[in-house]
Amino acid sequence: MSLIVRIEKDLGSFHLRVRFESENGVHGLLGASGCGKSMTLRCIAGVVTPDRGHIELNGRVLFDSETGVDLPPQQRRVGLLFQNYALFPNMTVEQNLRAALRGQKSADEAGEIADMLRRFELTGLERHRPSQLSGGQQQRVALARILLTKPEILLLDEPLSALDSYLRWQTELELAELLDSFPGPTLLVTHSREEVHHLCRTVTVLDRGSGEVSMPVKKLFSAPKTRSACLLTGCKNFSRAERISPNRIRAVDWGAELSCADADFDPAYVAIRAHHLEPADADGENVIACRVLRVVDDAFSAIVMASTPGGDAGASRLRLELPKEDCPPLKIGDTIRLRLPPDRIMLLKEG
Amino acid sequence: MSVAGHSSFLIPNSSFDNRYRFMDLYPLYNSLRVAAISCVIVFFLGIFFAHTVAKLPRTVKGLLDVVLTLPLVLPPTVVGYFLLLAFGPNRAFGAWMQSAFHVRLTMVWYSAIFASVVVAFPLMYRTARGAFESFDPTLRDSARTLGLSNSYIFWRIQMPCCRQGILAGTVLAFARALGEYGATSMIAGYTPGRTATISTTVYQLWRTNNDALAFRWVMINVAISFVVLMAVNLLEKQQRRGAA
Repeated sequence: MSLIVRIEKDLGSFHLRVRFESENGVHGLLGASGCGKSMTLRCIAGVVTPDRGHIELNGRVLFDSETGVDLPPQQRRVGLLFQNYALFPNMTVEQNLRAALRGQKSADEAGEIADMLRRFELTGLERHRPSQLSGGQQQRVALARILLTKPEILLLDEPLSALDSYLRWQTELELAELLDSFPGPTLLVTHSREEVHHLCRTVTVLDRGSGEVSMPVKKLFSAPKTRSACLLTGCKNFSRAERISPNRIRAVDWGAELSCADADFDPAYVAIRAHHLEPADADGENVIACRVLRVVDDAFSAIVMASTPGGDAGASRLRLELPKEDCPPLKIGDTIRLRLPPDRIMLLKEG
Repeated sequence: MSVAGHSSFLIPNSSFDNRYRFMDLYPLYNSLRVAAISCVIVFFLGIFFAHTVAKLPRTVKGLLDVVLTLPLVLPPTVVGYFLLLAFGPNRAFGAWMQSAFHVRLTMVWYSAIFASVVVAFPLMYRTARGAFESFDPTLRDSARTLGLSNSYIFWRIQMPCCRQGILAGTVLAFARALGEYGATSMIAGYTPGRTATISTTVYQLWRTNNDALAFRWVMINVAISFVVLMAVNLLEKQQRRGAA
């Protein structure tokens, strides 16, 4: 059970070029908005035709520009959950579900629908129109409708972004349960690193239309390869880098030399996460003397913006996040020494 | 309803005008008949073209859109001229219809249908196109991934979702067909009890100084149009409420 995607499409403002493979389990497509994530899902579902490429699901060719194969969406057995859920507004919940069974040969239509209503806790809402349902209920109807068609793969387009934060956590738990029980592969498109972390096993990062290779989610967060991938994982501190020796680099923007793990390439950037910076008592290896520019109180942590020897603007600043109770009393202008643990330093390629 | 002759549409009339002891209702009947048939034809034509044009490449779409909307802005006499060019008994198509099927295309009651269809078409076409354009394309996409056929999607999802706009377009087209005068007078003429419609009757009565009766027809026409436009407004209000 697997999905192979190799597609290209000219979208005017940019050129979409995505390649990845995914086995069973949840595969994330992570990227900023407008980078072609939704378009990729639409190409797989067949409602948009790529210019070139090859799409294969469980050994079945869905699209191939060389041999001219282009299955209509009706025959792809692909379940696509749209961002706005795309429930038919002129039909009740029950009619929406019944419509999904039209394309199927179902022996027990009423029974299947009743099962789905029970499973998604929609019993009692059969006669409601989509406009009378909450966002979470609409999503459950949409998922129930998709599962009735017994798809071989689930494609979820930003399934949680239309919900308010209160509903999101609850819905995410329900979604995780559903995804666990779904036998085939699932693609989850999102711009949220949290969702990727919570729900996905492997991930492909999309940047300006180009998809990198897939990797396990853990690896994306511990060792992203490029600056854009690193940005998407929520990293805030970047500096241009120059290699001095295999395990020593100069961080140009921070004005410091740092020792780091061995790199087998010439890194273009060096990065470190805000919560990996450690306040230090004295100067030493990998310690940068900084000046406090600003202290922001967050809900459970303190965020410190500090200038480096490299300057006090843009990429030269460092952002440090500490649990509130660990944060020393700091005033603007105070000197603060920050240690960058070598094993936490990330070396990145351009891109 | 069969038409035995226009005498079956006479109602007693106690008006002061002795020349018209009875008010001949044939024009009302003929106008409604022409408008209703035109409306049905325009309904399907308008929807068909609105649906087809929406899927065409942009340049073709722009050009076709202009051509299909042209009758809305052309003087009806120009439309009548073109119709006579095509259907006139001395023209190729008209002559062929005459010789092959013994069917006259001009100066008969149904000639008015040709005129009404052409003139009312743009109203239906444009309203339907507007309704289709506001139809959320993700609904069509999701329906396709659910395995639903294109005809099911069109008739059971897209049409119901665009219902209000299409109804409004149909009513507008009916009203326009009912009020058609210029092209109708050219291709159907005015023969009392045969091709007379309300609009051609008003003109004929006014021309022959029968102001009183002309006034009645005017009021009948105003009343029908009033009701029709009320219906359009109601539908548009419902559509806004439905969208909100």
